[in-house]
Amino acid sequence: MNRPVTNAASARRRAIRKLTNVAALTASGLATAIGLFFLGAILWTLIKDGLSGMSVALFTQPTPPPPGTGGGLLNAIYGSAVMTVIGILIGAPVGMLAGTYLAEYGRNSRLATVLRFINDVLLSTPSIIVGLFVYGVLVVPMGHFSAIAGSVALAVIAMPVTVRTTEDMLNLVPQGMKDASMAMGAYPWRTITSIVYPAARSGIVTGLLLAIARISGETAPLLFTALNNQFWSNINEPMANLPMVIFQFAMSPYKEMQQLAWSGALLITLTILILSIAARIIVSTLNPGGRR
Amino acid sequence: MNTVAVIEPRHAAGQRLRERVFRGATLAAAILVLTLLGGVVVTLLKGAWPAFARFGFGFVTSEVWNPVTNKYGALAPVYGTLVTSLIAMLFAVPISLGIAIFLTELAPSWLKRPVGIAIELLAAVPSIIFGIWGLFVLAPILQRHVQPALIDWLGPLPVIGKLFQGPPYGIGVLTASIVLAIMVIPFIAAVMRDVFETVPDVLKESAYGLGATTWEVIWKVVIPHTRVGMVGGIMLGLGRALGETMAVTFVIGNSHRIAASLLAPGTTISAAIANEFTEADSGMYTSALIALGALLYLITLMVIASARFMLLRLDRRALGSV
Repeated sequence: MNRPVTNAASARRRAIRKLTNVAALTASGLATAIGLFFLGAILWTLIKDGLSGMSVALFTQPTPPPPGTGGGLLNAIYGSAVMTVIGILIGAPVGMLAGTYLAEYGRNSRLATVLRFINDVLLSTPSIIVGLFVYGVLVVPMGHFSAIAGSVALAVIAMPVTVRTTEDMLNLVPQGMKDASMAMGAYPWRTITSIVYPAARSGIVTGLLLAIARISGETAPLLFTALNNQFWSNINEPMANLPMVIFQFAMSPYKEMQQLAWSGALLITLTILILSIAARIIVSTLNPGGRR
Repeated sequence: MNTVAVIEPRHAAGQRLRERVFRGATLAAAILVLTLLGGVVVTLLKGAWPAFARFGFGFVTSEVWNPVTNKYGALAPVYGTLVTSLIAMLFAVPISLGIAIFLTELAPSWLKRPVGIAIELLAAVPSIIFGIWGLFVLAPILQRHVQPALIDWLGPLPVIGKLFQGPPYGIGVLTASIVLAIMVIPFIAAVMRDVFETVPDVLKESAYGLGATTWEVIWKVVIPHTRVGMVGGIMLGLGRALGETMAVTFVIGNSHRIAASLLAPGTTISAAIANEFTEADSGMYTSALIALGALLYLITLMVIASARFMLLRLDRRALGSV
């Protein structure tokens, strides 16, 4: 019984363990601070450099030629809106139907399991690859760049997002509700359209908001599809859009054009952050216990 | 009552028809999504075929990239893609791990949600924003304050000194790696947080009951229990870093040369495609760029597929839409 000796040794050990604990936990707090710092730094730069360029002209004038005096971003804002809307109109219905298949018909069948895996891979596919794909299947056969090709590229990116969110949201609808409808003699399509969809409505809206947020800032896929346009255009021609204008104007040597790029960057980031926050608010009212 | 007997079969037939139509529509959409991946691969290979046929395996091993003589080799962009992504991981993994630990084990409950959402918002910021921020804010700071110090302190050292020599350009491989790291941190942190939360409380409580410190519970219970999911999250972040385009295009410097120094400009596959695609004036040039894209997709497919495979066991709903 060497009590005193063990005590001294164990006291030292305990001190080391406590010190390690404090050091590790401090480091993790520091890591979080670093992550938050970068979000803050980026937002601060956007506000500082973007806000000074905010003016009525931004929303009423089209993009100017070099050196960029006067002018605004109207045709780029319009182009982004048009391509995002068409992209969602193509991508979301397909994604929702496929998500419905996964949640209600396929479930654990082999096809559904494979589809889930493929969809996850598509979800992480680099957007520049999607751009090259649409270039190959649309731009080359059509012989020219166009807003249609840009919209399809955005649709391909939105699709896997809606598949995933639709399946997740439909799975949140209690099985008891579905069973009750089936027991009344309703066919599955009746149950899905009259019971499941209304019950999952806010979840599906959330998924759409996230998909819009995801595609409205995409630049790489538009490089080889919609390109850019200094003028107004129809959807069969290259079309101006905010990300491409930001890309080209930020790289230009003229101060005024760089200023427009910063203002466009602020606009696009604010839009996306508002959409993302709105989506989260809807989800938290949907299942108050849930985290997301 | 007679009418009911007549209507019912017709009503039922209508219901059956609609059921077939609706079910068919969902199945068709599912198959469309399924064939999309194959379509992407086939389209890329078709576009890349002229370059692959002309240069063969030499396309991957040659560093020459010369539009004038129409000779193309992918070595410099492939090297740049791999190096920037790996360095980005060196920065991003420890920080993401720290954030995940903070969010699951350390933060008081009132702080958990706002901090978690802030980190998720960082993931929502479009990559082009990281690009202009990297070019106009981060690169000048690195050029003025960080890179000269690296050159002075690390440059004279043997072996690793080679990585930190040459003039401080501001833009270059290291800057691109840092921007990539900032971009993938929220993705890796989100997955790690979600896998950490799958650890049963009983396991953690028994460790605490034995007198373990918070750090010991994390290191000896939480991390071993979630190893596969953590690696899956890291691979997912790696897949994102490999394919990231706009942010890198702004800060990499676009030089088709492999430099020993991390401070020198370089290029990546996606940056080369983004920069040169609209300038490509010959069929072979375009094909070489698409061939670069095919190589990129081959690399990312392997990384993403293994990441998704590792994350399969996880409750999908816990993962969110990352």
